[in-house]
Amino acid sequence: MSTDQLIVVPVVLPLLGAALSMVVHGHRWLQRVIGAAVLSLVLAAAIALLVEVHQQGVVALHVGAWPAPIGITLVADLFSAIMVVVSAATLLAVFVYAIGQPRTDSLSHWFHPVYLTLAAGVALAFLTGDLFNLFVAFEIMLMSSYVLITLGGSRDQIRSGTTYVVIGLLASTLFISAVGLVYAATGTVDMADLSMRLEDVPVEVRAALGALLLVTFGVKAAIFPLFFWLPDSYPTARTPITAIFAGLLTKVGVYAIVRTQTLLFPADEPSLLLLTLAGATMLVGVLGAIAQGDMKRILSFHIISQIGYMIMGVGLFTVAGVAATIFFIVHQIVVKTSLFLVNGLVEFHGGTANLRRLGGWAHRKPFLAVLFLLSALSLAGLPPFSGFVGKLGLIEAGTDEARWVIVAVSLLASLLTLFSMTKIWAGVFWGAAEDPVAGGAGDAPSPPLMLGATAALVTASIVIALAAGPIYDLAEQAAAGLLDPTAYRTAVLGS
Amino acid sequence: MIVTSALVVGVLFAMGTYLVMQRSLTRVIIGLVLLGHGANLLLLLAGGPPGNPPLIGEDGPLADPLPQAMALTAIVITFGIIAFLLALAYRSWVLTGDDRVENDVEDRRIARADLDPFDDGRPT
Repeated sequence: MSTDQLIVVPVVLPLLGAALSMVVHGHRWLQRVIGAAVLSLVLAAAIALLVEVHQQGVVALHVGAWPAPIGITLVADLFSAIMVVVSAATLLAVFVYAIGQPRTDSLSHWFHPVYLTLAAGVALAFLTGDLFNLFVAFEIMLMSSYVLITLGGSRDQIRSGTTYVVIGLLASTLFISAVGLVYAATGTVDMADLSMRLEDVPVEVRAALGALLLVTFGVKAAIFPLFFWLPDSYPTARTPITAIFAGLLTKVGVYAIVRTQTLLFPADEPSLLLLTLAGATMLVGVLGAIAQGDMKRILSFHIISQIGYMIMGVGLFTVAGVAATIFFIVHQIVVKTSLFLVNGLVEFHGGTANLRRLGGWAHRKPFLAVLFLLSALSLAGLPPFSGFVGKLGLIEAGTDEARWVIVAVSLLASLLTLFSMTKIWAGVFWGAAEDPVAGGAGDAPSPPLMLGATAALVTASIVIALAAGPIYDLAEQAAAGLLDPTAYRTAVLGS
Repeated sequence: MIVTSALVVGVLFAMGTYLVMQRSLTRVIIGLVLLGHGANLLLLLAGGPPGNPPLIGEDGPLADPLPQAMALTAIVITFGIIAFLLALAYRSWVLTGDDRVENDVEDRRIARADLDPFDDGRPT
């Protein structure tokens, strides 16, 4: 296999694995082995791809040897490759956690195949070079998420799952309409080709197309004011499912915003619209989190708040800003997922995620408390954790452009994040439970796979902080590639 | 011809939007179906004016096959998701005996809570 063809592995292998997993349904151990093997191979291929892209520049594969812009192209630039590596690692960790958690993959024979198609959809969204294929990737991912979020079919899941599917389908309808309008205006859906042809489109049409795509991806990324579906639906699913959604799905929306805004609708100066949305997203998300009395819901509101930071970096339209966004996404995927996994362990022992009905776990499960504390401080952005590096980069990029308002808002949101993390800490790990639940496992040892997967992700977030220098350099190169798409165009279209 | 089709797209979108905002899940689903039809027609229109022959035919401009392929893909995807949504609606009807879309329960509770940071509105 030539190195160019590595790019199909993260998409095709999980799909094949899903098919195989369906064939052997009923043999849970076989399904587990298939899932773990496929996701490990995908991670290995993703790392090889990242090395390849880092050394050789943008890799493009014309599927079926049809040249762009006629055929379908898979493209891996540095940004895509970084995202594929981080998402593959997270998918593997959460998969191990799901195997370890009682009553998760045994809930249904369909957990394994659907989880693998989710992995394929996420990878395709990162690697596709074609707007219509991006739509298909979103659908693969969303269809899998619809099944996963309602797996179990409890009353609460059906109630919130219905809202989730309706919102998802509405956004998809908007997306496909946007693709149709883009095609009508330019006659192509290949993104490299589009980035050139859109320059000739009248500025009003261009602005309308840009806004339509922003709304579409805004729903998926849960930016203000399109976030309301997220805190309702995510907490009702099983923990590993919520964790992978929290870590990856909204970030795929952010990826799409970054890709389309930088490649198709580039701007020379900071976008007031994006910065306003970013600020509102940060504040509304964090204020919503403070009001909640349930650990899972607090964390769900924080997903929204942190999306604001990612949009802030893109809105600045500078290499420093976009680099900070890329670093921040990497940090968020790992930290957010690990926080949800910690929440799963708390629920396992305490029987609930309700803050009033938990308490004193710092003494009963000190290791769990340490895992939470490390992730929570990183989320709040305290030095020396990875969140600090990301936020520092964003604030530096903001002050470079003299955008003081967004800098102030982001600092305020950080402070409030710390406040709501201390609320979880005080509720879960300190004090005594007011009205403990009987259903939890109590002081029984944690399932080793659950604890191991969580610890691995928390370690990964510490490694991100320790290796912040090289990772940040990589993010800066990726950002430079996004803001100057010459290499991307050449790789896809030829010179 | 293209004006008529554009009007049809607009009407489909308008009706779909109205239905999606209803409380009854059945109406929401019908609304989504109409929105999907609107989007598919829009895709078809993106390929240029109707009336041109397909790949093989007389001389002159040919119909663009790409938007038709895209519409076909979109139809299949919408079909699948609508089927799934109908299954959810049926399950919801089995569980609650009603097809109203309910509010976020926890949200309501928090709206009732006072300013004590640990009060979640549950009766004590």
